[in-house]
Amino acid sequence: MTGLLVQDKNVVVPGEIIAEGMDYLPSYGTYRQQDKIRASQLGLLTVDGKVLKIIPLAGRYLPRRNDVVIGKIIDILISGWRLELNSPYTAVLNLKDASFDYIAKGADLSKYFNLEEYVITKIVNVTSQNMIDVSCKGPGLRKLRGGRVIRVSPCKVPRIIGKRGSMVSMIKRATGCQITVGQNGIVWINGEPDKEIIVVEAVNKIQQEAHIQGLTERIQKFLEAKTGMKIEIIEDHTEGGSDYRPEGGSDYRPEGAAEYHSEESP
Amino acid sequence: MSSYTKRFDGRKFDELRPIEAKAGVIKKADGSAYFRIGKTTAYAAVYGPRELYPKFLQDPKQGLLRCNYNMMPFSGAGERVRPGPSRRSKEISLITERALRPVLDLKDFPNAVVDVFVELTETDAGSRCAGICAASIALADAGILMKDLVVAFSVGKVGDQVVVDLDGDEEHFESNSSVDIPIGLIPSTGEITLLQADGRISPEDIRKCIKMAQERAPAVSEILRKALKEKYATE
Repeated sequence: MTGLLVQDKNVVVPGEIIAEGMDYLPSYGTYRQQDKIRASQLGLLTVDGKVLKIIPLAGRYLPRRNDVVIGKIIDILISGWRLELNSPYTAVLNLKDASFDYIAKGADLSKYFNLEEYVITKIVNVTSQNMIDVSCKGPGLRKLRGGRVIRVSPCKVPRIIGKRGSMVSMIKRATGCQITVGQNGIVWINGEPDKEIIVVEAVNKIQQEAHIQGLTERIQKFLEAKTGMKIEIIEDHTEGGSDYRPEGGSDYRPEGAAEYHSEESP
Repeated sequence: MSSYTKRFDGRKFDELRPIEAKAGVIKKADGSAYFRIGKTTAYAAVYGPRELYPKFLQDPKQGLLRCNYNMMPFSGAGERVRPGPSRRSKEISLITERALRPVLDLKDFPNAVVDVFVELTETDAGSRCAGICAASIALADAGILMKDLVVAFSVGKVGDQVVVDLDGDEEHFESNSSVDIPIGLIPSTGEITLLQADGRISPEDIRKCIKMAQERAPAVSEILRKALKEKYATE
């Protein structure tokens, strides 16, 4: 028997034979063993032409350059802050990357970012040993005030954002809440308390059902039932965010955010 | 040596006890599993990869695997198991780690650790093997890169008969004269990651035991895989 043994978008488990023969190529999450290609991670199989790869269903966040993440300040250093990123590794926010303002030598750093506070940051550098530098200079990058923070599985982040931000902008329109989804799985929600709860429920529903087809429609129905509003699914460049950036919607976008979006538009 | 013609629970000599497995039983853990074989029940929870302290334990080349095996005080047959670490549990923690480590790829996680906690709620022989099976499912459930799921069960000799998966009664057959060989395998390659032995046995019989184990391994592997797939079943 040769060829593909598992259908596209099916769940595969480590060690499972995905394909036999030399017609396919192993990519992320798969490996070749003589003439067989086997899975090395739990996830959904993606067949892209000849290339077989796996979209993980679980796992911790691994930092990548240019990811926008939400971090929690856990320590104040001599010239910067240490952030927790929902990852096995912590990040450092350096003084020079923290603010456009001039911060004098010996200033009390807790006045800028204090312990336990959450900050939207962008990863500027990751070393081979996964030491992370983040920056707070840039459009949309700032300290978070008010609202609530929830943590989700980082693998589900692309589902929560949706294609070109369709999912997150739909939830925003339905609830009127501000939502920022960090690539590391930390989500910030700010709005009316009862609406915030609807967002939390919707995000949890997305997390649980991320691997099942027709997710957007189910979330649309869920939101319609919860809010009593008619909600449309909109997918376009100007309204939504993208798979790789937080700052989903058009509301509360700071100065310069338009540029920030256009570079991502496909 | 007396002859052992029929097994106490009526199984065939190469038949395993009934197995039940489930993934994702501990919601707060990164990965978790339940594994029952006969009257032996194991739970495993995986946390991590996460930061590893004290710092001198860190490996800058790759992540570390750390296992902990524990039998609950009420889990034994009659006698209360004294809680806390013991010589035995420390050994089994170590061999669990060594049985699982060859399939894991932790190169993406330098200086980090993956913690595996195995708890036995009920034991009737084969507890280290049940623990390894549970840990295998839990590690996969945590999304860790691994080339296969390690399977483990015991083989051995009761009286003059080579058997698979000894239960408590067989282990204690004729004042503990039976031979118990816990074995861990990587089904895709047939490699052995765990092999211990307790008792007196000839080289020929050991070969027979290992061959039987290799024949049974794919069936157990299938049960572990099914447990993971059931967690994500659409209906």
